[in-house]
Amino acid sequence: MQMGFMEMPTNKWVESSFWNFDSLFQPQSHPARDAHDTFFIKDPMFTKSVPEDYYERVKTMHEKGGSGSIGYRYNFKKEDAYKNLLRTHTTAVSSQMLYKLANQEGGFKPQRYFSIDRVFRNETMDATHLCEFHQVEGLVADYNLSLGDLIGTIETFFNKIGITQLRFKPAFNPYTEPSMEIFGYHPDLKTWTEIGNSGMFRPEMLRPMGLPENVRVIAWGLSLERPTMIKYRIKNIRDLFGHKVEMGRTRTAPVCRFDHSE
Amino acid sequence: PATMPTLSVKRSRLNAALGRTYTDAEFDELCFEYGIELDDVTSEREEYLKSLPPGATPRRADLESKSEEVVYKIDLPANRYDLLCIEGLSRALRIFIGADAAAPTIRKVAGPHVMVVDSASTSTVRPYVVCAVLRGMKFDRTVYESFIDLQDQLHRNLCRNRTLVAIGTHDLGAVDATGPLRYDAQAPGGVRFVPLTHPDGTSFAADALLEHYATDPACKHLKPYVPIIRDSPLYPVVSDAAGSVLSLPPIINGHMSRITLDTSDVLIECTATDLTKANVVLDTVVCMFSGYCRDPFVVETVEVRYEGSDAPADVPGNSMITPALSTRTLEASVSTIASVVGVPSLTAEDVVRLCNKVQLSPASAEGDTLTCTVGPVRSDVLHPIDVAEDIGIAYGFNNIERKVPKTCTVGGEVGIGRLGDLLREEISRAGYTEVLTHGLTSLADNYTSLLRPVGTDAVSLSNPANIEYEVVRTTLLPGLLKTLQHNRSASFAHGMKLFEISDVVLRDDQHVVCDTVVGARNVRRICAVYSGPTAGFEIVHGLVDRIMTLCEVGPEEEYVATSNDEEGKFRVAREGWSYIIKEAEAEGEGGTDCRSYFPGRGAVVMLTNPTLGKRKVIGHFGALHPEILENFTVGYPTSAMEMDLEVLL
Repeated sequence: MQMGFMEMPTNKWVESSFWNFDSLFQPQSHPARDAHDTFFIKDPMFTKSVPEDYYERVKTMHEKGGSGSIGYRYNFKKEDAYKNLLRTHTTAVSSQMLYKLANQEGGFKPQRYFSIDRVFRNETMDATHLCEFHQVEGLVADYNLSLGDLIGTIETFFNKIGITQLRFKPAFNPYTEPSMEIFGYHPDLKTWTEIGNSGMFRPEMLRPMGLPENVRVIAWGLSLERPTMIKYRIKNIRDLFGHKVEMGRTRTAPVCRFDHSE
Repeated sequence: PATMPTLSVKRSRLNAALGRTYTDAEFDELCFEYGIELDDVTSEREEYLKSLPPGATPRRADLESKSEEVVYKIDLPANRYDLLCIEGLSRALRIFIGADAAAPTIRKVAGPHVMVVDSASTSTVRPYVVCAVLRGMKFDRTVYESFIDLQDQLHRNLCRNRTLVAIGTHDLGAVDATGPLRYDAQAPGGVRFVPLTHPDGTSFAADALLEHYATDPACKHLKPYVPIIRDSPLYPVVSDAAGSVLSLPPIINGHMSRITLDTSDVLIECTATDLTKANVVLDTVVCMFSGYCRDPFVVETVEVRYEGSDAPADVPGNSMITPALSTRTLEASVSTIASVVGVPSLTAEDVVRLCNKVQLSPASAEGDTLTCTVGPVRSDVLHPIDVAEDIGIAYGFNNIERKVPKTCTVGGEVGIGRLGDLLREEISRAGYTEVLTHGLTSLADNYTSLLRPVGTDAVSLSNPANIEYEVVRTTLLPGLLKTLQHNRSASFAHGMKLFEISDVVLRDDQHVVCDTVVGARNVRRICAVYSGPTAGFEIVHGLVDRIMTLCEVGPEEEYVATSNDEEGKFRVAREGWSYIIKEAEAEGEGGTDCRSYFPGRGAVVMLTNPTLGKRKVIGHFGALHPEILENFTVGYPTSAMEMDLEVLL
């Protein structure tokens, strides 16, 4: 918030595949949409309705492309788009915010958004993984943003939480291009480690929403649990989140600071 | 992430292909710049040792049979199918480091072979097939294994475990190609052949073969593919001019046409339910392995001819010459690329030079327009933005100057989040410890263990990880009780006080968010428990009153009259807002939730405000029934409160 970011209303755990995947230009055949990775809902199984016109534009983009893209060229299925699920990332909400930003009264205006909230993945559980965890997400929508802006914003953010040495590595996400993995030199671990993911949302995602041609959206995200576990030297995620947390740990936890004078 | 493909290559082979010897650190750095990851440096022997159960001693003979040669395990981006074999990876890296100017262009030569498709039958199960012929291939053990590995990689990734595309490769010399080859779908009982898995010559009918693969432990690697066609009335079959079966896609090839180290001419057929992907798959195999042909980088085309009804609409004229090896030119604005990457000084010449580093050549620029070439190995390029990213990679992401977006924006919190945070502080001051518990729960914990009937208001999962996580919680109480249970060895002598402010999810077919109705909504709640030597009913009651005071909600006259309210004259209340506490009745307004409280020791909280109207139940509190304490193994009397928070905004 100190950086001018507005919180997004993320109190929405049940999501449609449409917003969670399709609106982000993630194809319906993508492995992340498998039952192995995503929790699908039994009741209510299907979404009742999504914005009609926008749905058609998203479908066309997947099937045929447009706005300079050749699209994915496959048959887009309504049943797949309407499958309800527990959201796998808060990017589903980011997508809705950008859609609203594009269609608000008065038209698009530059904005910065953030969220910190829960997501659900059908992952193999182990010491550092549960099926629920929390994501931190930030995005900036403005005219003619560049990778330089993305790198600069990310550095400002991580500087505030004590990580000052950063490197960026080319990566792949279905919904961002360019994409970068963020690596930081962790002061506690004394080693370089991956600390987040980032990118510029694809035009195939932004144009059907109605965002103007020269508006670019840069975004980055990280999990909340992992950096917390590193900072407080917690080995098992169950010691941090859930009913197996020891009250003793909660009661003796220090105030959270990143500005120690050492 | 689970979806990232991994390629294992011998370090020595990779360095030979790259034309220089990298140290592990240098190669790691190259991977970082290019966007791939050196995940592990290991060897066959090390992998074998890792696979042993802990404490086991390896047998000397087993150990010595495993090579100690260094092997790199490289993680690759999920959208670059050309990097899935050493041939493609080394080609890409050589061009990136400047050892090669460009990738070789594959030349198509018209071949004599035709694949006739019986569309009436194939349209019911697997409509598409694309083919190619590679002449005079030189196979040694290494090339052969690489050839098989690439097919496995493609099958696992792009082909989605063979459901979308399946690759069959055959020794053309063992095939009767004196007439057209045939692709159709036939009744399973009538398809007989000797499959690749049975070199002893056992022949099977297709339906019996699928049963065999589904049950025989020796063939368990094929079991996952059986369901793809098992229930179809017709099975896809590729056969030669004499009617001998070449393959039963997507399950298995025939023994007759198997590739051996002596194979010279190769027939590749890819059957599919997605034509776009079939072409990408075939093009990738051809681009990667045509280098081993007698005429390097030459591929012979096959005509695929649909006959009969129900030919797919996306095969114009019912005929295609494959492989497509589609190449297109793509135009992009140099200034837009420079703007996206964030290097305004990039010139047209720079951009052309950088295109050549990332397999987008030939490239040229005229004024502000860049024209580059998107060949068959770059099926990941969908839009000029993909070119911009590659230019950025070639320039080096870490060379880009940092900036910060100039526009000023105002930050802020979402209302319900802010209210929750303010209340957290106050409630903590009252001696309550905050917890954060799981959103997924079991039907037992959510209903029956709380003495509540199983309701229809919960969102349930189709594929829960296990029974502990089958529904999304409709109450925060079980999480708190389980926390008490886990911490039962702590001191309860002075009362243990816990709270949580978080969401529950309820079924709701009316709730609209962003013009969308999914059939459920989140509800922000506050829930607290007191557990100690006494039940503490008055303590949770006091917490409810405290929350109302903090939220500027005044007590109704009727309520004040029954209590000792000295500080009442200081209390601030919003116009039109008030609340009252009433005893919970058996079938009262509190609903079945109040069955959790000991009879006579439960109460409902009713709020009046301009939006809700008069006295709507927004929560409840009370002393929990001892049966619940038993169900959750809580050893002390306990009281609880749970209340909606959004209504207090």
